[in-house]
Amino acid sequence: MNVIVCVKQIPDPALPGALDSSTNTLKRDGKLILDESDSYGVEMALQLVDKAGGGEVSLVSMAPNGEVSGLRTALAMGAAKAVLVSDPALQGSDALTTARVLAAAVGRIGGADLVIAATESSDGYTGTVPEQLAEVLGLPSVTFAKHVEIDGSTLKASRQTEDGYDEVECPLPALISVTAGVVEPRYPSFKGIMAAKSKPVDTVTAGDLGVDPVGWAGAGQQISDVAKAPERAAGEIVEDDGEGFAKIVSFLENLKVI
Amino acid sequence: MDLDFAPEHDALRAMVRDFAAAEIAPHAARWDQRSEFPLDVVRHMGELGLFGLVFPEAWGGGGGDFVSLCIAIEELGRVDQSVGITLSAGVGLGANPIYRFGTDEQRHRWLPDLTAGRALGAFGLTEPDGGSDAGATRTRARRDGDEWVIDGAKSFITNSGTPITSVITVTARTPEGISAFVVPAGTPGLTVEPPYRKLGWHASDTHGLILDGCRVPADHLLGEPGAGFRNFLAILDDGRVAIAALALGCARACLEMAVDYAVHRQAFGQSIGANQAVAFALADLDVAVHNATQLTYRAAWLKDQDRPFGREAAIAKLYATEAAVSATRVATQVLGGSGFIEDHPVARFYRDAKVLEVGEGTSEIQRLVIARHLGLPVHAGPADRR
Repeated sequence: MNVIVCVKQIPDPALPGALDSSTNTLKRDGKLILDESDSYGVEMALQLVDKAGGGEVSLVSMAPNGEVSGLRTALAMGAAKAVLVSDPALQGSDALTTARVLAAAVGRIGGADLVIAATESSDGYTGTVPEQLAEVLGLPSVTFAKHVEIDGSTLKASRQTEDGYDEVECPLPALISVTAGVVEPRYPSFKGIMAAKSKPVDTVTAGDLGVDPVGWAGAGQQISDVAKAPERAAGEIVEDDGEGFAKIVSFLENLKVI
Repeated sequence: MDLDFAPEHDALRAMVRDFAAAEIAPHAARWDQRSEFPLDVVRHMGELGLFGLVFPEAWGGGGGDFVSLCIAIEELGRVDQSVGITLSAGVGLGANPIYRFGTDEQRHRWLPDLTAGRALGAFGLTEPDGGSDAGATRTRARRDGDEWVIDGAKSFITNSGTPITSVITVTARTPEGISAFVVPAGTPGLTVEPPYRKLGWHASDTHGLILDGCRVPADHLLGEPGAGFRNFLAILDDGRVAIAALALGCARACLEMAVDYAVHRQAFGQSIGANQAVAFALADLDVAVHNATQLTYRAAWLKDQDRPFGREAAIAKLYATEAAVSATRVATQVLGGSGFIEDHPVARFYRDAKVLEVGEGTSEIQRLVIARHLGLPVHAGPADRR
């Protein structure tokens, strides 16, 4: 079984981020790391391939400046190879362009039985790329998968909902987006880190993949303004006059949580 | 000139830092309080390849360089000094003597388990009547048929009594001089004494050993007879750089904790870090951490280049360990009362730091080594004139 995982390399969330005021986009010129939310997909892919008894895990990623350190982390965990789309022209790409580029990268690998993505990235949070990618690839998609099993050519997944989860099935090949915590990502071992040095990373441009237009030119959106999140309003203090419980019940009823 | 770490060094540091934050930090205070050796974490470190880092793949190692080992020790030590010394001693004193001085047959027998972290080795050099004065070794070994019979006592032996301790290399006097022997754990005549009650390093395993008519087969002699003295001096140079890395982790942790506290702690209407008395102390500490970093990794790099590094090892060990002790003092002072309470890790680092100035050669011995490199005719005593 062959699995392709979409991974994003993002600025280290532990460091203070900065916006480019001319484009209102996140500055990505420093060192990038593997988005932690993608480490779950990588781990799930490794486990599924292991369980299937054969095949390999490949990665697709889109990043400026030929950045590979996040990819090396996923390769050190056990992925076999990667396609990195790195191209200054990609600057400003919206979610749909990203999906088209990643779909072309998936095609360059020759497709797979399963494509895995995180539900959303930890820096952009659009949360739309997985479904768009499935549509561009013409694959069935199961989003918010919290448990996944492969039974022959059928994918069985528990799909997280607000109330619980749905049990769904679809034929392979397919695309799933997995929630954080779905599996426990392994630490890359030292041997994995050393082996990752020599694993192939196929670095290509959008032009190489025949995707055009990309970047600002291909974007169906523009970022017109960025505003600070409003300060959280002060909470309501209820003095307990012996009837405080009723006010709490009423408050929770208003929130429709009881 | 290139002073950057390689990408795989950065990747290793990131992995060990994540591992330490998730698997060690939440438990370090409990292990310390209970003097509990964290066996599961040690095994996990073995699975990640940390105990095999510097050894060739043929012996189950990872084929990494000494800089990599120092990175791992520093990052573990930044969170838990006991775990850091467990790795440092397991690699440098447990597996390394067998790798460097053992025959292929001996390596086959003992190394794979040690490099995989399935077993731990220990090194018994220090005795009740002699630590740095290793030439004064009183433990004796005599040949009896196909066996060696060892009698004596060893003190402060790290990793000698863990549930996975497999072998202890001990030095003993033979007619040829000082020789080294591999004593498997559980050998009749070897008594591992109850653990010491220590000031720090509570989660590290340390025991005294008694060898009373302890018999090992003839093929357990490690290296040439009489070569033990020369061999362990070489081992100690490596160990000094490793201890410098451990001290660096301690100093860096103290700097980070003290800066964080100085930024957030409010007094007299401002954060205490707005006071020059606090800010400048932390600036000086940053200088010390930078210095310790350069000295430690420069010494490790020299070793990786197969160039002489004995002097640099002594300088790094001396500077980094004294910087670590200063750092714990500065950090506890900046934290005020909170630094005196065991709920905060800085109190643990304060207790753990002292031994850094003692183990693998005291600060005084480092100064002796450095002074000799300057060509000075200094010696530690009549028995040290050579």
